[in-house]
Amino acid sequence: MTLGVRIGVAVASVVAAALVVPLGAVAWRADGWDGLRPSDWGALRFTLGQAMVSAALSVLLAVPVARALARRRFAGRGAVILLLGAPFILPVIVAVLGLVAVFGRSGPVNTLLTAVGLEPVSIYGAHGVVLAHVFFNMPLATRLIVQGWQAIPGERLRLAASLGFTTRDTFRLLEWPMLRAVVPGVFLVIFLICTTSFAVALALGGGPNATTVELAIYEAFRFDFDLGRAAMLGALQLILGATAAVLSLRLALPSGFGAGQDRVVPRWDSQGWAVRMQDSVAIGLACAFLLLPVAIVLGDGIGHVTTLPAAVWWGALRSLVIAVAAALLTTSLALAMAIAATRPHGGWIEVAGTLSVAASPLVLGTGLFLLVLPVANPVVLALPVTLFVNVVLGLPFALRALIPAMRDLIRDYDRLSASLNLSGWAWLRLVGLPRLRRPLGFAAGLTAALAAGDLGVIALFASPDQATLPLVLYQLMGSYRMDEAKAAALLLIALSLGVFWLFERGSRDA
Amino acid sequence: MSSPHPVRPMERDMKTTLIPALILTASAASAEPLTIYAPDYFGSEWGPGPAIKTAFEAHCACEIEYVTGDLLPRLRLEGERTRADVMIGLNTDDAERARQTGLFADHGVDTRDLTMPIEWTDTTFVPFNWGQTAFMYDTARVETPPTSFAALLEAPDDLRIVIQDPRTSVSGLALALWMYAVFGEETEDAWAKLAPKITTVTRGWSESYGMFTEGEADMVLSYVTSEAYHIIAEEDLTKKAAIFDEGHYVMVETAAKLAGSDQPDLAQSFLDFVLTEAFQSIIPEGNWSMPAKLPADQLPEGFALLGKPEKAIIYPAPEAEALRETVVAAFEAGLAR
Repeated sequence: MTLGVRIGVAVASVVAAALVVPLGAVAWRADGWDGLRPSDWGALRFTLGQAMVSAALSVLLAVPVARALARRRFAGRGAVILLLGAPFILPVIVAVLGLVAVFGRSGPVNTLLTAVGLEPVSIYGAHGVVLAHVFFNMPLATRLIVQGWQAIPGERLRLAASLGFTTRDTFRLLEWPMLRAVVPGVFLVIFLICTTSFAVALALGGGPNATTVELAIYEAFRFDFDLGRAAMLGALQLILGATAAVLSLRLALPSGFGAGQDRVVPRWDSQGWAVRMQDSVAIGLACAFLLLPVAIVLGDGIGHVTTLPAAVWWGALRSLVIAVAAALLTTSLALAMAIAATRPHGGWIEVAGTLSVAASPLVLGTGLFLLVLPVANPVVLALPVTLFVNVVLGLPFALRALIPAMRDLIRDYDRLSASLNLSGWAWLRLVGLPRLRRPLGFAAGLTAALAAGDLGVIALFASPDQATLPLVLYQLMGSYRMDEAKAAALLLIALSLGVFWLFERGSRDA
Repeated sequence: MSSPHPVRPMERDMKTTLIPALILTASAASAEPLTIYAPDYFGSEWGPGPAIKTAFEAHCACEIEYVTGDLLPRLRLEGERTRADVMIGLNTDDAERARQTGLFADHGVDTRDLTMPIEWTDTTFVPFNWGQTAFMYDTARVETPPTSFAALLEAPDDLRIVIQDPRTSVSGLALALWMYAVFGEETEDAWAKLAPKITTVTRGWSESYGMFTEGEADMVLSYVTSEAYHIIAEEDLTKKAAIFDEGHYVMVETAAKLAGSDQPDLAQSFLDFVLTEAFQSIIPEGNWSMPAKLPADQLPEGFALLGKPEKAIIYPAPEAEALRETVVAAFEAGLAR
């Protein structure tokens, strides 16, 4: 085993422990075991059903958008790709208000429907939950799939053009194999994110029929203080997540394009007006769907940004520090895990690294709190714990960007590296980092953005002078200051997209 | 939405306020801060916490340290090991479970002559503010608001209401108890009648209230005193609380001291501080709720404009606790129909 693989295995073990040990701590602290309630099974069915549909739709809708973004070059393309990521990092409460502003009763959608004589539609219900989850997760799916498209070597596209491929041929022989390699992992991550949803599902689900497992955990914890039930539900969530991970990662097939010289070539197969039209429509609709809700809510905040009180800026600074630290840590750890995961018998590493999205944040936070309690004052450790949780929660996203790229790298360059006797640091410096800098930059940017926006476990640990920006945002909203809260949300988005852009940009220029 | 002019939580200059001598007696300097567990809103810059801290510290030569978060679960996780000296912000509907932990000491504060619509006999928890649960409405969208809970149930189904989930929110639980007090055995039917009008149920108050101010809902479950914020901070007279004939459920927030506190004297002097004017006068605009002991003529002007429910409903802590499962089940069953 090389050093890289060993580090990767160690990190994966720590991550697996970080998921299981807090769960065990909660279970151990439980007073009794009353078992699950009948309503819990209903919650489980609803959770799985909506997660399945949400993930499938997010991916299905992301494919045409990603394809259009990958094969078109237009002014402002970079900005569009960057901004399309916004919903993914939007705090839940802001996103709900944004969706309601667009799809609610006085939003543009219903105004339009009424104007042409149709019945207005209600956003509330199971379909509302799915709509919200697609809104949140389609950006991630799009970005990850665009990455896949960009990884198709230019030489193959050139060859395709010289063979006179039509759009359909290109899809069948180049794009479909790429999707087979990338999509199962993307679907899995989004499915897992949706299984831990709670506030969104409740608000847009329209009532207690939209009860998810995470809500049941919250209720068990907050009202009944039934830690046994909370731990059981948390364990159930993890087991289901692991099963889903094993199943969907089996579906992933390597694309097998072979190495290229990283040329960006024009897409000769997609020059027809019908295809152009199709791409324009895909990008246009995606922008409308993903950006309108964000713009409507945050627009109100613009006027208040400059008058935001100092506490908000301090919160922003704290969030920024956590974001950058989380990004650097996560990316380094994910690189080691990706190295180990792509070696023989490394499958469990990918599963462990992906599973943390399925961990109940509440159970994780409570477990860590219980673990820290005998050793130190949890309040003192608020920010380090937040960082730790953000790293663990960020790993799945970083791995999604890194693992496919690492597989290609190993397949295409491993023999050459071996024949040159390149290994260890030399390999990392001469082969690994140069070949992986794009996905690494993307992974760093993504985890930074996520960490900046994450409320995570800070709620259990924080004292008022340690509040991060998302927590400050909730405080503002809780004291009637809606406009200032929107300004804080705007700041949060600017901050998240800013660090995302810097990391990604930096990696491209490196 | 019009822009609220910034309301500072309170002027920091409280030194001129009269503080009873008993606080001064406890002013022996202590190195360790008084650790107060408080809800997140309370300790935040926009809650009453900072002004209360300043006012107390001005006379005790001590320091208050707030630790914020979900009070009761946290306390139960910590048990005997808790670092809290005082816990503030616990609602009466949660109080019984807090009491059952056995971690609290008697408050020993004189709770006669309160300015609350209910009698107070609890010897563990000192009330510091109260509010009545109410449905807020926008006069532009609801021209004739219902004047009773019964009328609300009979209102046309296109009236759009947002409420909080009794399983996740204290105000939601207060609504469930309120409905049980009004409708008794028929509570589940009442929920079923209300169901078509309930646009959605949210996890907490902020989501609901945001949907209301953004125009998505006509009415929202909030408090009678929410009106005061709009009147005073926004000079907006269009957001009103609908006053119901059957009466309104009272939510009381309390303070209590921990039996295992390592600074029992300082904790006691904080509890003694709670019902003084210096503390109480911070509540109306710091917390947008009613102080537990402050004559009406000392309330900010805008409070005079608030609707005044004729009847106050509340279940004492043990009863509220005993009813919790029943009323939550009625909510779930009524809305599932």
